[in-house]
Amino acid sequence: MNALTFTLKTPLAGDVDLSPLTPSRLAGLEVPEIAALMLRSGRAQIQVASLFQIEGSDPSRIIIKQSSRLLHRIGQEMESGQVVVEGDVGDFLGNGMRDGLIHITGNAGDYAANGMLGGRVTVNGNIGAFAGSGMHDGIVQVHGNAGDFTAAALPGDLDGLNGGTVLIGGNTGDRLADRMRRGLVYVKGNAGAGCASRMRAGTVIVLGACQGAPGQLMQRGTLLLAEMPQLSPTFNDCGIHHLHFLTLLQRSLAKIDSSLPFISTTRVRRYAGDLGTTGKGEILVPASETT
Amino acid sequence: MIINGIEIENTFAEAFGMKATRLIITAATLKWAHHAAHAMTGFATSVIGCGCEAGIERELAIEETPDGRPGVAVLLFAVSSKEMAKQVERRVGQCVLTAPTSALFAGIDGGKPINLGKNIRFFGDGYQISKVFGGRRYWRVPVMDGEFITEESTSVVDAVGGGNFLILAKSQIQALHAAEAAIEAMRTVRGVIMPFPGGIVRSGSKVGSKYKALMASTNDAFCPTLKGLVDSQLLPTTEAVMEIVIDGLTEQDVARAMQVGLTAVCALGAEAGIERISAGNYGGKLGQYRFDLWEILK
Repeated sequence: MNALTFTLKTPLAGDVDLSPLTPSRLAGLEVPEIAALMLRSGRAQIQVASLFQIEGSDPSRIIIKQSSRLLHRIGQEMESGQVVVEGDVGDFLGNGMRDGLIHITGNAGDYAANGMLGGRVTVNGNIGAFAGSGMHDGIVQVHGNAGDFTAAALPGDLDGLNGGTVLIGGNTGDRLADRMRRGLVYVKGNAGAGCASRMRAGTVIVLGACQGAPGQLMQRGTLLLAEMPQLSPTFNDCGIHHLHFLTLLQRSLAKIDSSLPFISTTRVRRYAGDLGTTGKGEILVPASETT
Repeated sequence: MIINGIEIENTFAEAFGMKATRLIITAATLKWAHHAAHAMTGFATSVIGCGCEAGIERELAIEETPDGRPGVAVLLFAVSSKEMAKQVERRVGQCVLTAPTSALFAGIDGGKPINLGKNIRFFGDGYQISKVFGGRRYWRVPVMDGEFITEESTSVVDAVGGGNFLILAKSQIQALHAAEAAIEAMRTVRGVIMPFPGGIVRSGSKVGSKYKALMASTNDAFCPTLKGLVDSQLLPTTEAVMEIVIDGLTEQDVARAMQVGLTAVCALGAEAGIERISAGNYGGKLGQYRFDLWEILK
């Protein structure tokens, strides 16, 4: 069976909620039934067939062609299968996703992978703000840049990233991992201001530079920075050490993507903080093998 | 059956179901991984008096260990998961945590989880740090040489304990040499340990005793000095018997180890003073597993 393919017929006039089009929701439906499904667009309902040309019949593999920034909630609460989107997508990509694969060739909007419970989302382009907020498990890999509040808590929420792995190939905006509770965030490029602010636990890696003083009010957790940041006075120097858990960290990352670069040493200087709170967090910065 | 002049008795070894786990101990050097592993597997020859049977399974290359340092794999066998959990925690706390540069990881998946470093972490007095990588939780416990890294839990799986064979020889030294040759060959088999000192036991036992307080006593039928007193299983010329006991993760592992060991002994031949090979059993009434010597050497 060929992949079930939805090709957008014309540019959209408004936002469309694409959450009904997931492999598990379409399983067992014939193409005419799928074509007759209704999609929400603001206060209106639009038939799938009026927006998309439909080809193929295998709902476990869905392809969306000529996609638009106005298509939201793609793969929402998806439980299995694969969704490939050719082009950009809107907000709430993979929201509450449980399992399966989503691949976006373009850019994604805000609130991607919020509350995600499993599966894998890859975005070839950039992603908006609040990616991975409240995420519990799974992998989000962005090859471009990520917006503000990546892996951070939504306004009013206590926890940001709550498990799983977020990999950013470019730079991130401000407040990366704010109130992050657990999990792993990897940023190949630079991080904006307020990185790991109010972080509660977990691990954040930034291989570029961090703007401002990172780790403000962090309670626990590890912030591994390839470049020495501007350090808040509430972080105390605990000296240089070989920390072998970094090998475990590196190997777990390599299992996800063996091409991800990592710091070249397990010898790091450890700064404990933020002593303005519990002080059980740490900022680790690579040290020379001879210092 | 006679191989190379050695009589293989038509008998079988009787083995029992046990619980097992594998731990990986790493350190800055292989020497210190061995120190930790030897301490941890010390006083672990028999579940009767030691609580568990344990030994080093093999050395691990740096590519095989979770933290990329030299290490050894250790197997522990106990009669129940509860006893295993007790033994693991006690031995880890006293023997691995204390060993310089050591780290500890689970080496087996798929069974019932038991604590590994879950409680040991409290040695960190609040400064311990949890890390979850790849779905596995590790603890970083601050110690005087840096950090002790331990995985939070390991798994207990069903296993086989008590596979064995007996080497009957014309002299004590010849029995010892043959048993040493068997052990050297058997150390290449994965998934097994030979828990007694050097892998060899000279005090094989029978069930029961004339003394009510003892549940086991010397295997008099195989004691050469009692040949004239008891219903001896020995030839008039037999002066010594050595036993090799094998614990394995699976029935196949135990059978494979027995085959490798028996083959090594048979290769020495009768000219090395080996007269007969036998095995210990309880008439087939107690154990879940039987390892027939003729079947293994077929």
